[in-house]
Amino acid sequence: MTETTIVQAVNRALREAMQADPDVLLLGEDIGVNGGVFRATEGLFKEFGADRVIDTPLSETGIIGTAIGMALYGLKPVAEIQFMDFIYPGFDQIVSELTKFRYRSGGQYPCHVVIRTPYGGGIKGGLYHSQSTEAYFAHTPGIKVVVPSTPADAHGLLLSAIQDPDPVLFLEPKRIYRSVSGEVPDGAGPEPFGHARVVREGTDVSVFAYGAMIPPAAEACEGVAADGVSAELIDLRTLVPLDEASVLASVEKTGRAVVVHEAPRFCGFGAELAAILAERAFFSLRAPVARVTGYDTPFPYALEQLYLPDAARIRRAIVDTARAG
Amino acid sequence: MADAAAPAPPTPEATPSDLAVDDELAIYRVMLLARTFDERALALQRQGRIGFYAPAVGQEAAQVACAWALESGDWLFPSYRELGVALVRGTTPEELFDQFLGNAADRLHGRQMPNHYGFRDRNFVVASSPIGTQVTQAVGAAMAAVRRKDRVVTVAFFGDGATSSNDFHAGLNFAGVFRTPTIFFCQNNGWAISLPRERQTASKTLADKAAAYGVPGLVVDGNDVHAVFRAVRDARARAVAGEGPTLLEAQVYRLGPHSTSDDPRRYRSEGEVDVWRQRDPIGRLRHELIEAGHWSEADDAKLLEEVRGEVAEAIRRSEAKPPSPPASFFDDVLATPPPSLEAERREFERLLAEGVVKP
Repeated sequence: MTETTIVQAVNRALREAMQADPDVLLLGEDIGVNGGVFRATEGLFKEFGADRVIDTPLSETGIIGTAIGMALYGLKPVAEIQFMDFIYPGFDQIVSELTKFRYRSGGQYPCHVVIRTPYGGGIKGGLYHSQSTEAYFAHTPGIKVVVPSTPADAHGLLLSAIQDPDPVLFLEPKRIYRSVSGEVPDGAGPEPFGHARVVREGTDVSVFAYGAMIPPAAEACEGVAADGVSAELIDLRTLVPLDEASVLASVEKTGRAVVVHEAPRFCGFGAELAAILAERAFFSLRAPVARVTGYDTPFPYALEQLYLPDAARIRRAIVDTARAG
Repeated sequence: MADAAAPAPPTPEATPSDLAVDDELAIYRVMLLARTFDERALALQRQGRIGFYAPAVGQEAAQVACAWALESGDWLFPSYRELGVALVRGTTPEELFDQFLGNAADRLHGRQMPNHYGFRDRNFVVASSPIGTQVTQAVGAAMAAVRRKDRVVTVAFFGDGATSSNDFHAGLNFAGVFRTPTIFFCQNNGWAISLPRERQTASKTLADKAAAYGVPGLVVDGNDVHAVFRAVRDARARAVAGEGPTLLEAQVYRLGPHSTSDDPRRYRSEGEVDVWRQRDPIGRLRHELIEAGHWSEADDAKLLEEVRGEVAEAIRRSEAKPPSPPASFFDDVLATPPPSLEAERREFERLLAEGVVKP
């Protein structure tokens, strides 16, 4: 079995979904002839043609608005937004339309659009090729938010997203598109949503992360063993639906929690995790919940390595949390 | 406020009608029903019996004749002001009042403000409040119809204000590039709430905007059922023949307020409104039918009595229905709701059971 990168796993899932179901089609900027700026759709234009791998004009509201129309009609569009930083012209279509069609129609109009988009920093992308704004979307009722961190999850969760009856925002950790590789077994199927993955078991501190933060968090969890701390790493995988049971079970065991994400801290997804722990695991907690996150600034260009949480920062937070209280 | 705010009055054309007399009479009936319905809905809002209303008074000819030229398989993407279209599609006054009241019979389960209705079985997509968002959706549905090889068109309904919105431009652009079977049916009623047409755009006509996207754009007298019917029928024929989209600008006038929350006296003159009242599309068609010997004042009085009774009976029946069940607002968020939402529902139901929350 050969090793696959995350971007190759995305490509494979798209190909398999399109082979299995003629209603699945792709649309986005530069995804056809060019195969996508990250090559996620490489080869698909040739295999499936211009009618199913649609190069669109440069308009995110056009991409998402037309994808909604296709979904209402009964197709299963998978839209690509080239960078998450460019999703905002389509924000109205997502927030006002996509997430509300089923609801506002009393269930008459389900609207299963998948929006794939590379997110996150670490590629010297500056303000406009680095953002992680998953919290905007997780805050909006009516859409699922998925963030894989491995090739197997990128493949399995994307297959699930395309089969799912609901809108899905599929966030691809572009920083580790190629740097993380792994096996995706032949015949691997969809991975169900709502199940966190225990990356590493531990007994002293629970570390919660997702997407491109998994590698530095894993490195930090290995590192703290030298400090005499046993850290448990949980990859959330889907923010909506969130596997609250696994989050709570881990903290009931360890009594301590560190939440990691690269998005800014204030009102970030970590705030929701911390609130869930405060509401429902208060009597299990033996230390304050710590957050290791991006700072509450726009995403900096030249100094991005200082902005992004790395293994050293995460390790410090784990050790401090283990010793607190 | 200058009367120049109004669109240039279109010249009535003395062209022969493509409509059979029976169609004309049926169209007239729906227009009169729409007018009667609007008047009653406005009154109900003033009496506090419904929360909000946006009438289509003055736009009946454009709406009804447009819908008349379409086929039942065509997909309609309405704004919140398409009463005449909904009625042609077979929507009953009672269904509309059910929606306005959000009662247990409302297909939307009380989720939306009045006017924002939708009926899947009539291919009448549920409306929203943001302006213009349905335009790109109509284009996407048309792309899907082509992929499915369905010989249908999609129609985006919107007003003059929407032609300034992002999705108008994105939608026309996509439609032009992909040559979709789409009709962009713009009812230019002169006013986007308080903003007159000439402050919305410096473009000479709204139809002119189509040129930049390689799409034909036509101005049509929206008070002339014959002209609207012909324009839509021709645009439809072109669309299903694979010849691409059309932008139609139906020039009409919003005789009423934008909505029950609006007082048009703040921004336009009574004189301007009076000018357009003279061109009332219902009076115009009635006059034509009577002149042609197909209709009489007595017929008209009888029909008016009939539609008034129909509307009154619909209100009576809708108001007698129970409200939507309390926890129903938790339904239809997602097909498979997350555990957090299920927990909230249980919390709400507990508060309900304990009497903390009262239905």
